[in-house]
Amino acid sequence: MRLVVDPIACDGHGQCAELLPERVTLDEWGYPMIDDTEIPAALEPLARRAVRACPTLAIRLRAAQDNERRGR
Amino acid sequence: MTLPRVLVGADGTPMTLDRHRDQHGDLPPSGSRLVDEIAAAGLRGRGGAAFPLSRKLDAVRRGRRTPVVVVNGCEGEPMSSKDRLLLSALPHLVLDGAIAVARAIGADEVIVAVDELNPRTQDTVAWALTQRPEIRRGRLRADVAAIPGGYVSGQESALVQWLNQGPAKPTPPTPRVTERGISRRPTLVSNAETLAHVALIARHGAQWFREVGTHEDPGSTLVTLSGAVERPGVYEVSHGATVSSLVTAAGGLTERSRAFLVGGYSGAWLDMSQARQARLSRAGLAPFSTRLGAGIVVALPERSCPVAEATRVAGWLADHSSGQCGPCVNGLTAIADALAGVRRGDGGPAGLPWIARWCQQVTGRGACAHPDGAAGFVSSALRVFADELTDHAQHGPCDACHAPPVLAIPPTLATAAH
Repeated sequence: MRLVVDPIACDGHGQCAELLPERVTLDEWGYPMIDDTEIPAALEPLARRAVRACPTLAIRLRAAQDNERRGR
Repeated sequence: MTLPRVLVGADGTPMTLDRHRDQHGDLPPSGSRLVDEIAAAGLRGRGGAAFPLSRKLDAVRRGRRTPVVVVNGCEGEPMSSKDRLLLSALPHLVLDGAIAVARAIGADEVIVAVDELNPRTQDTVAWALTQRPEIRRGRLRADVAAIPGGYVSGQESALVQWLNQGPAKPTPPTPRVTERGISRRPTLVSNAETLAHVALIARHGAQWFREVGTHEDPGSTLVTLSGAVERPGVYEVSHGATVSSLVTAAGGLTERSRAFLVGGYSGAWLDMSQARQARLSRAGLAPFSTRLGAGIVVALPERSCPVAEATRVAGWLADHSSGQCGPCVNGLTAIADALAGVRRGDGGPAGLPWIARWCQQVTGRGACAHPDGAAGFVSSALRVFADELTDHAQHGPCDACHAPPVLAIPPTLATAAH
C-alpha cells in the first residue's frame, strides 16, 4: 500500500501530516508532501486513520503501482 | 530518406482535398491493424508528453462504448506554431490521420479543437471538413470546437472537461480520458501533428516511418525555430538531428547568442556549448534535463537579458496555473516573485537557493504536469544563467533588461466560460 493525494481535492488542512508524520510532511503553505514508498503493515492502521480524517477526502491508499502520470 | 514528409506542399494557402490526394494518394481503408502499425512505427505524441500513441489507442478501444477522437490543435505553447501551420495549410493530412484512427478504433465522432483566438484556422478546418466524403456521407460526425486560449487549457483532461461544458481545467489523473472522456465515452485526444504522421503511416507503413529518426524516437518531427536565426519558422527534422544542423538549415544565427531554449516554456535552457552537442530526441536532450516538448527551439541573442526573459516567463507560467492545486498555485507564485526580486536586486542572492528549493518541491505535486514544466524551466535558468542571476541580485537590472522580449508573453485572459 502507498499513500496518494488528489492535489485538486486537497485544501491543505494538514490532518494527514499530524496523523502520519512518518509519511507526510507539509510544505510552507501547509500542503502535504507525500513519501509514497510502501507502507509497512505496522503503520497501516495509522495510515487508514489519516485517510479517514481528511476533510476533503483527498488522500487515499492505493495498492498497485498504477499511478502513471498524464501528459499535458 | 528524404524530408519533408509531413510539410511537403505546405505553402501559404490551404491545400484542397484534390491537391492533397494528388500529393499523397488516397487514404487506404484502415481497420484495427492500423493500431499495430502505429505500435510498430513507435509513434509518440507530438504535443509535448511524447506518450506512445498506440497505448492510448489500446486503452480507448478496450472501452465498451463508442469512442470519440479529439484532434488537439490548441497549441498553448507561445513559441510554437507548427499545429497552426498544419491545420491552416495541410488540414487534410491531419483529418486523414483523425479519420484513419477513428475507423481503427470504431469512433463515430471527430472533434477538432482549435484556440478560440484563431478564427481563421477554425474556418479553414471547417472548410476542409465540408470536402471530406467520409463526413458528407454521414458515417462520421465531425466538428470544430473553439477552446479558450491559455497554457493549460490544451492539456488533455482540461480540453475534455471544456468539451463536456465544464471549465477548461485539468481533472484528477483518474479516470483517464481514454476510459471516460467526452460524454463519458472513451476518448482519444491526440495532437494535430501526431495525426499527420498517422496519415503517412496508414499509407506507407511502420518500416517506412522508421527510415528516419532514431531507434527510440523514430520518424521526423516538426520544430518551431525562432529568435536570433536568419529564417525563423517551422522545420521538419529527423529525430536525432543536431540543434546546429537545424540552425544551419535556417540560414544560421543572425548574431551572437547566449543560450538556446529547447522544449518551450516547460523545457530548459542550454548554454551554447550544450546546444552545440544537443540532438533533438529524448536521448539527445536527456543530459540537459529537457525534451523536445511540442518541438520548440529559440536562440536567445546576447543583447537580450536572460534574467529578464526567464523572469517574465516564470511570471506568466505562475499566472497560467489553473489555480486548482495548492503546490502549483503557491509554489509557482513564490518562484516567480522571488525571481522578480532577484531581477530587481532586492535582497541580494539569498533568494536563489529558495527558488531552487521550491522548484524541486513543486515537481510531481500537481494534477497535471504544469508545475513540473515550470520548475524545469526555472531550474535550467538557475544552472545556465547563474552568473547573470547573481549579478542582478547584487546590482539590480542591467542595460539589456529593457531589450524587447524574445520570448512571447501572450496576454492573460479572464477565465473563459461557456
